Amino acid sequence: MTARALILDAPAMQAQPWPRHVLSPETWTQMSRALITDTTLDLRAMWADTTHVHALLHDTEAADFLFASVPVETGLYAALSPARPGAAWFERMIRDLWGHHPADATDTRPWLDHGHWTATPPMAARPLPNLAAPEPAEFLTSVGDDLHHIAVGPVHAGIIEPGHFRFACSGETIVRLEVRLGYLHKGTLGLLRGKSPRVGARFAARLSGDSTVAHSTAFAHAAEAACATAAPPRAASLRAVMGELERIANHLGDIGAIAGDAVFPLLQSRFVWLREAMLRGCAAAFGHRQMMDAVIPGGVAQDLTQDGSTSIHDVLNTIQAEWPRLLALYDDTASLVDRMQTTGILDPTTAARFAPGGFVGRASGQAFDTRRNPGHAPYDRLDVAAAFSDAGDVDARVRVRLFEITESIRLLRILLDELPTGPIALTLPIVSAEGIGWAEGFRGDIWHWLRLEGGLVSHAFLCDPSWRQWPLLQAAIEGNIVADFPLCNKSFNCSYSGVDL
Amino acid sequence: MAWNALLRALRAGPATVALAPPDQADIDELSARLKASSLRKLGRSLAIRQVDSGSCNGCELEIQMTASVVYDLERFGLRFVASPRHADVLLVTGPVTRNMQDALLRTWQATPDPKWVVAIGDCAIDGGVFKGSPAILGGIDAALPVDLVIRGCPPTPAAIIAGLCALVEAHARPDTMPRTREPRTREPRTREPKAR
Ligand code: SF4
Repeated sequence: MTARALILDAPAMQAQPWPRHVLSPETWTQMSRALITDTTLDLRAMWADTTHVHALLHDTEAADFLFASVPVETGLYAALSPARPGAAWFERMIRDLWGHHPADATDTRPWLDHGHWTATPPMAARPLPNLAAPEPAEFLTSVGDDLHHIAVGPVHAGIIEPGHFRFACSGETIVRLEVRLGYLHKGTLGLLRGKSPRVGARFAARLSGDSTVAHSTAFAHAAEAACATAAPPRAASLRAVMGELERIANHLGDIGAIAGDAVFPLLQSRFVWLREAMLRGCAAAFGHRQMMDAVIPGGVAQDLTQDGSTSIHDVLNTIQAEWPRLLALYDDTASLVDRMQTTGILDPTTAARFAPGGFVGRASGQAFDTRRNPGHAPYDRLDVAAAFSDAGDVDARVRVRLFEITESIRLLRILLDELPTGPIALTLPIVSAEGIGWAEGFRGDIWHWLRLEGGLVSHAFLCDPSWRQWPLLQAAIEGNIVADFPLCNKSFNCSYSGVDL
Repeated sequence: MAWNALLRALRAGPATVALAPPDQADIDELSARLKASSLRKLGRSLAIRQVDSGSCNGCELEIQMTASVVYDLERFGLRFVASPRHADVLLVTGPVTRNMQDALLRTWQATPDPKWVVAIGDCAIDGGVFKGSPAILGGIDAALPVDLVIRGCPPTPAAIIAGLCALVEAHARPDTMPRTREPRTREPRTREPKAR
């Protein structure tokens, strides 16, 4: 039986928009084996609650989504990592937070739990006090003549988030990179429990600050799905406006930073200047530079200001006026392009095994975009054009993002011109139900799952796209020189806080 | 000719006469004046090391902006350095997660005295929205002595620069050297790497 058939045959629980199929441990084990040969199913997210482990799969052939769960009896469930390498980090996180052990997993080392928590596992029904002293982290080994190791972090040299990087190098060539994260674990999922969606939205907005609009939108979608309702059309359009603004601002900042890492300050300065213009436009239109807490379950917190539309159009005009010159500068600077091309190649075959979303995926042959599939209002009437490349290098990721900026500008103009009138928010009913929501952040597909009991969150998971992109950074860096690491890292720009939860 | 002149000079010994040592009172007065004026002039410069102790990265984005062409922090005598060993100021964001506590403390210990700690953003001040989570300490104050707080979620680049400029002003006054203090937390536990 195929994995798809095994999932669809299992009894379905009520969940929006897809029913949650609860597989018996035996069926789940069969499903995990079937996944090895069923390459059409991509793992998009994996998480747990106190009693079950959940997986969200995307059937690339049928172009639909499957939501599967397994009860965790005797603390064990069959791991998906032997079939889907991208599951390994999820499984380590599930083990640390809920205490469910993945049987036959490819990696059983702790992940978020560095041994400093007072009670473990923190999300379990009954956490136990942790009295043991923290153990030193265990790293993968690299064996070979003349290998040396470089350990960096958690506190890095720049103004970025903390994480620990272990490089095994032969001369200046990187043989293996291993990333250790978890330093930013703030217990966000635990804090969400017992909160109303309205209060919980503040945590979603702060899962990864650079994607605050996208995460807030995914969270709102999940809450609205659970309540079997949808935000008013004007709110949906305003969310999309904010989402596209956020995408442009982040792309501008990151492309600038990449140029900076390639020691080309001219381009960096121009891009950063445009980013600032963008943030000021956002502040003028929505009252906050990052538009934090502007998207709420049920709608948006406030309407576009009176001159908001004009200020956004002004910024878009500024960008478009300078755009051809910036693109020419990028293309004509041989020293810059030389650093970008063939650096940090993520080959499409490796990418396919992890199914990364966003520009990381789109630059390596993965076309997935939640604005098109599964889609949501107002994108279903917009026909989003997707950038696509299979070169997989730093240059390809930059070019995908350059394309996405122009596409977002196009979408914004339409959205602003066709802004529906009407209310900007509705009050969510008090329900006991579960829902999945999604949004396309600048990094890629974001998935949020909520279970509400009496209108309050009883379990939740917020999945950042970086879960499936970090491991690919480790793969893409192999064979590159240490000096190119900042460039490669910036071209992926994975979120630390987003996966540290 | 030249040889003769050289020989004569060598035989005669140095022409420079010895001077009486300066008066000790003069030295003391001059050094006090120098110290005050150098603090006033050179003290208007601070090296900053940023540390993320658990932020959502929103604050980092705005801190990065302060160093960009738009805000150009360096014109105020402030600059970011790559190592705490080169820093006068630790600019700390985040609510101090338990997983970052050791690294934050070690960074603080690596920063030479005198040093200042600036807490940036609402969650660095008291934990912000994350207050009450068992995974955090709840504000930089719970781990290190804090000299200045800059509010906001995140604070704007202008607000960050205004706060830092206030620090520069205070630094330029000779009577406001920071006290040398102890952090409020335990020593980081040193561990032996595990053999594999
Ligand atoms: S203060 Fe706000 S923006 Fe800054 S790190 Fe905390 S939650 Fe993020």
